Amino acid sequence: MKPVTTATLLLALVGPAWAAGPADAPPGTLSCSGCHPTAAGVDTAVPRLIGRNPADITAAMAAFKSGQRPSTVMDRIAKGFSDDEVKAIAAWYGAQKN
Amino acid sequence: MTKRTNRREFLKSAAAASTFVALAKPAVAQGAGGRVVVVGGGFGGATCARFIKRIDPRITVTLVEPSRTFTACPFSNGVIVGLRELKEQQFGYDKVAAEQIVLNFSPATAVDAQGRSVTLGDGTRLPYDRLVLSPGVDIRWDALPGYTEAAAERMPHAWKAGEQTLLLRRQLEAMPDGGTVVISAPANPFRCPPGPYERASLIAYYLKLKKPKSKVIILDAKDAFSKQGLFRNAWKELYPNNLEWVSLSTGGKVTSVDPGEMVLVTDFGRHKADVANVIPPQKAARIAEAAGVADRTGWCPIDPVTFESKLQPNIHVVGDASIAGAMPKSAFSANAQAKVCAAAVAKLIAGGKPDEPRLINTCYSLVAPDYGISVANDYGPADGQIKDLGGGVSPADAPSGVRAAEAVFADGWFKTITAEVFG
Repeated sequence: MKPVTTATLLLALVGPAWAAGPADAPPGTLSCSGCHPTAAGVDTAVPRLIGRNPADITAAMAAFKSGQRPSTVMDRIAKGFSDDEVKAIAAWYGAQKN
Repeated sequence: MTKRTNRREFLKSAAAASTFVALAKPAVAQGAGGRVVVVGGGFGGATCARFIKRIDPRITVTLVEPSRTFTACPFSNGVIVGLRELKEQQFGYDKVAAEQIVLNFSPATAVDAQGRSVTLGDGTRLPYDRLVLSPGVDIRWDALPGYTEAAAERMPHAWKAGEQTLLLRRQLEAMPDGGTVVISAPANPFRCPPGPYERASLIAYYLKLKKPKSKVIILDAKDAFSKQGLFRNAWKELYPNNLEWVSLSTGGKVTSVDPGEMVLVTDFGRHKADVANVIPPQKAARIAEAAGVADRTGWCPIDPVTFESKLQPNIHVVGDASIAGAMPKSAFSANAQAKVCAAAVAKLIAGGKPDEPRLINTCYSLVAPDYGISVANDYGPADGQIKDLGGGVSPADAPSGVRAAEAVFADGWFKTITAEVFG
């Protein structure tokens, strides 16, 4: 018999709801893909967030919020998210496979 | 660390695991992972079906939609004035089907909320554990005297993209220079709050270029509208001779129409039109009423965390048909709501408690092909409603470069969202 641990067995049984994916996206995360493409090859000036360094995303959001970084809509969208919320969203995007 | 497990230990592990699973996910009535039926294959429904399947592939997801081709409303004002072709608005469901979603190209005609089944046009009954309705809007044919389905062939609404869009385009193209285009805009709420004003702007752009002695008049049942300051400033700058807005308080409310005479009637007078675009009052599409999820307003009250109907259990409503508090009836809203609803539906089927969501709406309007304006807001549940948590419209005093950039971002947004929903 192959080695089996309780942990792997649990993971296998409860399935992908526990993997890093849309199931455990922090609040607000899935709204971003209305403008930031998930797939590569979409013809838009808006950058993809998938696979980006979380520190870059949190720094950009802080700069949008403070007005340091010029933007069109991101200064307005950044207003409604706390630093902790942004951190969670950035970590999730960073964990997605490019 | 892994270790070789003997049979007894293995059985203990398996028993622990199955107990855990049993707690996390109570048995559902049918199917190993539960059954979800989604009605409506637009920005809300197609998104919701795909995300439910991605979140929990064990759930059987059926998408019910009568049309094999979806025709998108956002950017269809560009089609009316010849900036785009209708085929650029059209999308199929091949990629949706490829995600193991069952496509059923039929109309949904009835819902048995107690027995939990949807009846299709051919009499087929689809049982569900949870139903998601994203049916969009229907025209209220009883709301504006004279405005019937036959009248819409002379005075198109063009508020559902497709043949109506092309009809309005042909009428504009055929109108001689010096003609008058009259747009009737309804009271709130209705699909795409800035839509009538973007349409008037782009028609004024077309007239200024092609038929400069012509004008477009908006007869409005409101005194205030979405992005009003931005639109009005832009109109003054770009279309001082081609566009006129008549507010409710200055006699803008259309009380009846006469399609034979091409006249729109208000309390203050009669407006003869060469081209009449009547954007009539609307309500949640018929299946919402049939399911018992629409209230007396004609729209569907929902729980702000799960989008579950406040009137019927196990039925969720997203998109234009829902009463989503401060969120406008837009494609972006429908798409964002659909993802929140998908997560909630998967959680509920697994016996869990859905998280408090956060949502965004971003909505661009074109005043001219190189002049974009936007509204962008964050939303979340509070006091049983979806509340606005911050955001706003484009700055009033932005240089032309910012307007041009927003027009570019608008174009990118359409490509991105349609890639997510249909690509």
